[in-house]
Amino acid sequence: MLFKPISQNFSDFVIDRENDRCINCEVCVRQCSYEAHYWDDARQCVSHDHTKCVGCHRCEAFCPTGCLTIKKNPADFRDNALWTPTYMKHVYKQGDTGGILLSGMGSPADKPIYWDNLQLDASQVTNPSIDPLREPMELTTYLGSKPDKVSFEETSDGPKLTTKIGPQLKLNYPLMFSAMSFGSINLNLHKAMAMAATELGIAYNTGEGGLHPDLYKYGNNTIVQVASGRFGVHKDYLNAGSAVEIKIGQGAKPGIGGHLPGEKIDEEVSKTRMCPVGSDAISPAPHHDIYSIEDLLQLIYAIKESTEYKVPVSVKIAAVHNAPAIASGIVRAGADIVVIDGFRGGTGAAPTMIRDNVGIPMELALAAVDNRLRDEGIRNHASLVVAGGIRCSADAIKAIALGADAIYIGTAALVSVGCTLCGRCYTGKCPWGIATNEARLKKRQNPEVAAKRLANLVRAWGHEIQEMLGGMGLNSIESLRGNRDKLRGLGLNETELDILGVKHAGR
Amino acid sequence: MRRVYPNKDVCIGCHICEVACLTAHSASNDVVIAAKEEVATGLQPCKAVYDKGQLSVALSCRHCDNPSCVSACISGALYKDQETGRTCYNEEQCVGCWSCLMACPYGAVRRNVTKGKIIKCDLCEGREMPACVQACPNNALVYESR
Repeated sequence: MLFKPISQNFSDFVIDRENDRCINCEVCVRQCSYEAHYWDDARQCVSHDHTKCVGCHRCEAFCPTGCLTIKKNPADFRDNALWTPTYMKHVYKQGDTGGILLSGMGSPADKPIYWDNLQLDASQVTNPSIDPLREPMELTTYLGSKPDKVSFEETSDGPKLTTKIGPQLKLNYPLMFSAMSFGSINLNLHKAMAMAATELGIAYNTGEGGLHPDLYKYGNNTIVQVASGRFGVHKDYLNAGSAVEIKIGQGAKPGIGGHLPGEKIDEEVSKTRMCPVGSDAISPAPHHDIYSIEDLLQLIYAIKESTEYKVPVSVKIAAVHNAPAIASGIVRAGADIVVIDGFRGGTGAAPTMIRDNVGIPMELALAAVDNRLRDEGIRNHASLVVAGGIRCSADAIKAIALGADAIYIGTAALVSVGCTLCGRCYTGKCPWGIATNEARLKKRQNPEVAAKRLANLVRAWGHEIQEMLGGMGLNSIESLRGNRDKLRGLGLNETELDILGVKHAGR
Repeated sequence: MRRVYPNKDVCIGCHICEVACLTAHSASNDVVIAAKEEVATGLQPCKAVYDKGQLSVALSCRHCDNPSCVSACISGALYKDQETGRTCYNEEQCVGCWSCLMACPYGAVRRNVTKGKIIKCDLCEGREMPACVQACPNNALVYESR
């Protein structure tokens, strides 16, 4: 193509327009925020530029005649097992820009997905399976520190609990919407998550962008996050939620802070984040007041003091090599919930090299952390929540069998409202109206419609989890937590089986 | 009575309602034939999306309780159906004087230049749900009584 750096002509996708069916209605032109479709004045018809296509499929989904298909560009480079087109394009781009490669969404790299190598058990003959349509099937989950033992006293009304139980976050499903900040995604989706979480009786996480004043009313179903930039954190904010989460790390970019580009900071985001309009909001890599477990303890208790010990405090870390030891420290520092975010976790923007090369699979980290906390006799002191790449209810139930108390879903939630994982969130031009604050684009998410879809997703997973539990002869999610005997490995080596704490299928 | 109400807060300006309207009022009932062939012979959507800056909204006849267009109509082509409450239009009687265009406070009556007559929403006579409402991908059009 003329007037372009040569490297940009190696497009990832091609736009296939069936001209017989194209009616020049320009729906595609209006939908494409990257201007890949345009009105061709010279030819007096709609035309397109492959090189601008990011593969979001918005045009394909909206074309009223179905004349558009977005395909992978079939142009092949010479086969080279080492130098795949992905790496070549990275180099071309850096030759053009001299900058760090950026990516959105979780890592697409071909690395092990242990969920696919784990099989669930089912009852046959000796222990009857349960039909969740006929019998009660408990999914209610309480997140927070549980006492080492409980004591009762006899009263005239029957036994009464005398042990004081710490604050708990009650969830009707063992699922929550992940931390996605207001700014990285827009207010319409925050509203949708808040509405869906309230309707379902679960919780959503604000992410680090503060809480918009309109959303304080959903506080009972909100986890407010405190991250290294401390954006939007004040006393009312801390007390607005039903839990507070300290974010130390994120699975998609362990060891890295956050960077919300100035373009995404409009009036509302600025007010909520308490930072100037149009200026980049940079969250440092570390919390500048946390350099040890003792420092973390101070922050945890500072938050507990300011919330009067009424809500559980959670600490989120990325799944890294020493996650078990770190998690142990976090629990000992007083956290009521520990969150482990695996290397497939999503992001609005992360350096590509970090996203694809740092951190470890959540499955392994989860099993190792659960083991460690059990070995140390402190597993009950905190609930364990996992995040990062849970695609379906089977992944979720396997996580619970490996030891998780609840699961954060972020990418799945976004996919339910239209995300196609094109991975260009960092441009702020999301054609699906998700990762954008542009007035015309964000309208593409109608909060009512999005809330319904999010609620549908969680309900559907809930039904499936009940079915699978029933199949295993269990009538409560509690009976599956850390019950690794319900899992068997498929095609995993000894080390992997050992870390996961599961037997191979057939054993 | 149920009417089509637009919601500008969630209208994304995709213009799919126009395409749906066109198809629903075509002889072929096929989107491609309607747009490629029937438009040439005078087929036109009854509604239009207006875009300005970040706002967009799809406008069509509001079937007013006291329609100015009916008062202005010199030929009796526009009339109020007392039973359904709809503002109806008999194309054969229209003489193309455009009085109704001037009278409509919402700009919802449009000219059909090919036929020299007006065109306006009939709430998709014979359809359970008006085509535009059914096709709107973002619930920016609703069909309800208010």
